[in-house]
Amino acid sequence: MSEFPTRANVVVIGAGIVGNCLVGHLARLGWQDLVLVEKGPLPNPGGSTGHASNFIFPVDHNKEMALLGEQSANQYRDMNLSVDSGGIEVARTSERMDELERRMTSAKAWGIEAHLLTPAQVKELVPYINTEVILGGFYCPTVSVVDSLETGTVMRKEGIEKAGCKVFANTEVLDLITDDTPRPNSRRKIKAVVTDKGTIETQYVIVACGVWSNRIAAMADTYIPLVPAVHQMADVGPIDILAETNNEIGYPIVRDMDTFCYERQSAGSMEVGSYGHRPILHHPDEIPSNEEAALSPTEMPFTPDDFDQQMEEAIELMDMLGDAEIKYAINGLLSLTPDTMPCLGEIPDVEGLWSAAAVWVKEGPGMAQVVAEWMTYGYPRVIDAHGADIARFYDEEKSDEHIWARADEHFNKTYGIVHPAEQWESRRHLVESPYRSRQEALEAEFFQARVWERPQWYNSNADLCERYNLSPRGVEWDNRWWSPTTIGEHLNLRSNCGVVDLSAFQIYELEGPGAVEFADRLAVNKIDVAVGRSIYTPWLNADGGFHSDLTMMRMAEDRVRIVTGVFDGGRDEFWTRKHMPNDGSVTFTNLTTEITTLGLWGPNAPQVLAQVCGHDLSQAGSPYGSIIPIEINCAAGGDNRTVQAHLFRISYVGDTGWEIYTDWSNGPALWDALFAAGQELGIRPTGGGVYGTSGRLEKGYRLMGAELESEYNPLEAGLARPRVKAADFIGKEPYLKARETSPEVQCVTLTVEDQTDSAGRTRHMMGGNEPILDLNGERIVDSHGRVSRVTSAGYGPSVGKHLLMGYLPTEMATAGTELQVMYMNELFPVTVVGPGSAFDPDDTRLKS
Amino acid sequence: MKILCCVKRVPAPGAKINVTADGSDVDAAHLGFTTSPHEECGVEGAVQLCEAHGGEVTVLTVGPPQAAEQLRYAASVGADHGVLVSTDEVGWDPQRTAAVIREAIEVLEEENGEPFDLILFGNESADSGGFQVGIRVAHGLGRPIVNGIKGIEVSGDGSGAGTVTARRAIDGGFEVYELPRPCALGVKEGLNLPRYPTMKGRLRSKKLEIRSLDLDTTPGGQRRIRLHRPAEQVSETVILGEGPEAAAAVVDVLEELGVL
Repeated sequence: MSEFPTRANVVVIGAGIVGNCLVGHLARLGWQDLVLVEKGPLPNPGGSTGHASNFIFPVDHNKEMALLGEQSANQYRDMNLSVDSGGIEVARTSERMDELERRMTSAKAWGIEAHLLTPAQVKELVPYINTEVILGGFYCPTVSVVDSLETGTVMRKEGIEKAGCKVFANTEVLDLITDDTPRPNSRRKIKAVVTDKGTIETQYVIVACGVWSNRIAAMADTYIPLVPAVHQMADVGPIDILAETNNEIGYPIVRDMDTFCYERQSAGSMEVGSYGHRPILHHPDEIPSNEEAALSPTEMPFTPDDFDQQMEEAIELMDMLGDAEIKYAINGLLSLTPDTMPCLGEIPDVEGLWSAAAVWVKEGPGMAQVVAEWMTYGYPRVIDAHGADIARFYDEEKSDEHIWARADEHFNKTYGIVHPAEQWESRRHLVESPYRSRQEALEAEFFQARVWERPQWYNSNADLCERYNLSPRGVEWDNRWWSPTTIGEHLNLRSNCGVVDLSAFQIYELEGPGAVEFADRLAVNKIDVAVGRSIYTPWLNADGGFHSDLTMMRMAEDRVRIVTGVFDGGRDEFWTRKHMPNDGSVTFTNLTTEITTLGLWGPNAPQVLAQVCGHDLSQAGSPYGSIIPIEINCAAGGDNRTVQAHLFRISYVGDTGWEIYTDWSNGPALWDALFAAGQELGIRPTGGGVYGTSGRLEKGYRLMGAELESEYNPLEAGLARPRVKAADFIGKEPYLKARETSPEVQCVTLTVEDQTDSAGRTRHMMGGNEPILDLNGERIVDSHGRVSRVTSAGYGPSVGKHLLMGYLPTEMATAGTELQVMYMNELFPVTVVGPGSAFDPDDTRLKS
Repeated sequence: MKILCCVKRVPAPGAKINVTADGSDVDAAHLGFTTSPHEECGVEGAVQLCEAHGGEVTVLTVGPPQAAEQLRYAASVGADHGVLVSTDEVGWDPQRTAAVIREAIEVLEEENGEPFDLILFGNESADSGGFQVGIRVAHGLGRPIVNGIKGIEVSGDGSGAGTVTARRAIDGGFEVYELPRPCALGVKEGLNLPRYPTMKGRLRSKKLEIRSLDLDTTPGGQRRIRLHRPAEQVSETVILGEGPEAAAAVVDVLEELGVL
């Protein structure tokens, strides 16, 4: 064993599948001077990797999880440590059969071979299955079983050979030391790792400690939001038909989706695993040490009462299991997060401290690659990992109370049928908007955006359904988490006006002599503009892909405001802090809960506003894109105060109007004044269904996380301006290079020409990565492997068609191109509108 | 034949077992619990005898309410009845335990109208290892008992009058005892290889109706003062090398040990 080092470039904590793959991937990317420390023994230190079921079902509706699962599966294959066993998800209910049709659609999107099977066809592959309890199956031949422990060993060895990685097993981390010198960006810095063998000074520490990760993070006074949760497994056998295969795995793995169980052959036995028992969560301190554990720390004592129902259901599906002996049964621990996604990336509070946690074996190698690339290039190249970015979490999400409540809620949805718009039941109204009491009186249907509640529609507007002759959608799935009232609100806004609560906007200000220069470094478009002007701009990563798109406002000579969406607020704040100069030339302030925003849009918006404000509201007095300080007289709403506000003439819905910014405390008075002024002008509270979906889609406005991802650049997104500013900015060089050639793909809007399915029902795609196919039904994939898929979808009431967005090869991106979209495993004809908008393409309404 | 098996709920072996800070009990925070291994063999032996000759296996335990889990486990591998004498304090001494078991047996036998043909104990419990309870119970009941048993045969169908033949391993062979029924045996691991429960067995055990007996007696003369963990045996692992280069070092060690 080598001498324990006192310095290292990178210290990786944890030698499970993730930590081992990390040192391998870092070595491939040229990193040197790595140290891997592990509390337990090698090769199986006793974490979740050691008892994992080690299978990968490659089809997932979520793009990140699907593609990183596939990436991981391929890495296991490349090491020859994987066997394609095939796998079948069986359905016991008609709802599940619909879900399997949806999985066929996702399989098509990601290019994964899959087949729907009748019960008899399932039995051909799995002769011991009881066909009487199933309605069918979803068969995926490339479901694989991997050797995660050996993979870890191989990757660790690569780290040792290529990068001289020093490995220390049986070495416990006792503390993380940070440099807490106050800095303008409010970030501390990692300095050293203290272990029971000695202290290592370092500038990078990666926490890859699985279920223990948050305990390690706490040593640096920070938080990795995950909770150790029990997944029960029992190994039963011997079973002759399995033993006769003379194989570790000879039959496809069966996922009994409606009972949340799986049955996976393990040589002569069957491993029965469950996500159907009650959620059993543990604090990391409740996990025994290696010495205290009868098996391993994460193989906790089995609680048989929790498993009985699963056993009954397993026997129902495979009668032979009933007479098989339970040779091994555990309460195995795995990691759950508040939103089901992993925790990857640099931890915002502590420079140099990285998280590679809440990663399962099925995506381990891919996620390790993501983190290694992130450290190397500033952002991962293999995929846009914004959904797994640990910076996504708000403070309210970083508490045991939150994680436990959410894990408790979603554990049983591991094999559940989860609607794309499904809302959480627990931990609601974590942040109160100033308008909540008013919105509740208007029977708002709240949707939660991370910790913020936003009215999606108002049930008080149900009368609009009569006015516009609207009815619910015919298919329950399409109608779930949706209301025709949202269409009523849209049409009312287009004819009269509506008020949208935009309090969830994340608002930051940069101030100081270096503020504008720094802002210009973040943004593609020029920020050094006249005071009172706004700039809608992409922020790029170093590779020239999207990090964000947002609005920046020149509020004063030395002050720039940043306004961004709630889903990306955490990431954008972190990106800003990470890059800001620490020489004191710039300060950063988060004003989100000090400033509230209301959107007022529609042809009557100017008339409404004119009643409460004396400013010239014409395009001359309040030009598009301008920010003007004004006073609003709230007397009409019953409050005699005059409030200071900023009018920002902009529109995300396609009709003229403003975002009105004022102090949080003035919000209710402003709300009341606008509604009083608009009473005779058809004003209505208007929900996020119009703002985020129907209004936006009619205008073809791109949304971060949907159309905009790091895999695409501004030229492809149609957001490049004719000229490039002189000032340097992050991603400028690749951006300039991209401008030298025409983009390979373009972001477009499409219309669905016929929504009727084979059963004669009208269907509504949801923007859940439905594949866009050519007229032969073939996938459309560009030279980078990017697949054409639906990034956003929704009905466009003012164009009378269901609208989709997505990227297409440039030659297909022209108006009139006819293509197809798969939804629920059926094909629907679509036509390309083009890169522009389907509604008012010349923007006459919003600039009127 | 009617067989009674006495079992004890004990911490699952294989892990470092901590004691509470005040030394009054085992710290159960990370522990699973199981049936004392000798007694697991006793249950298996009883089930095998009844499978061969017909009859019923009753399992009796004295312990906390959670010890019902061990009764159900026994049922999941074939036992027919379960009896729990609940205790609400830990650390009963062997005299007290034996007295209560004897009393329970008397209650059960009176109800049955006949004695158990055979009573099986574990040779000693896996946790306290007192080696006393079985002998004290048998003595109290006036029945013969032999300890350290690794083989059992019965005459006839095992019921009523007849004999039980028991084998006990000794250096270089084994002793054979013949006991008149009813009698008792203290069995050891090696008597058999206990089966695992089947999934159906486990589900069947859920339906076991556990008979509760509320019995107690005065403590005996042995008291638990406190528990103490002995110092750990430290074993050092030295990696001699990898691959063929390690051969010389291995030879040195073997020579040192006198193997070569």
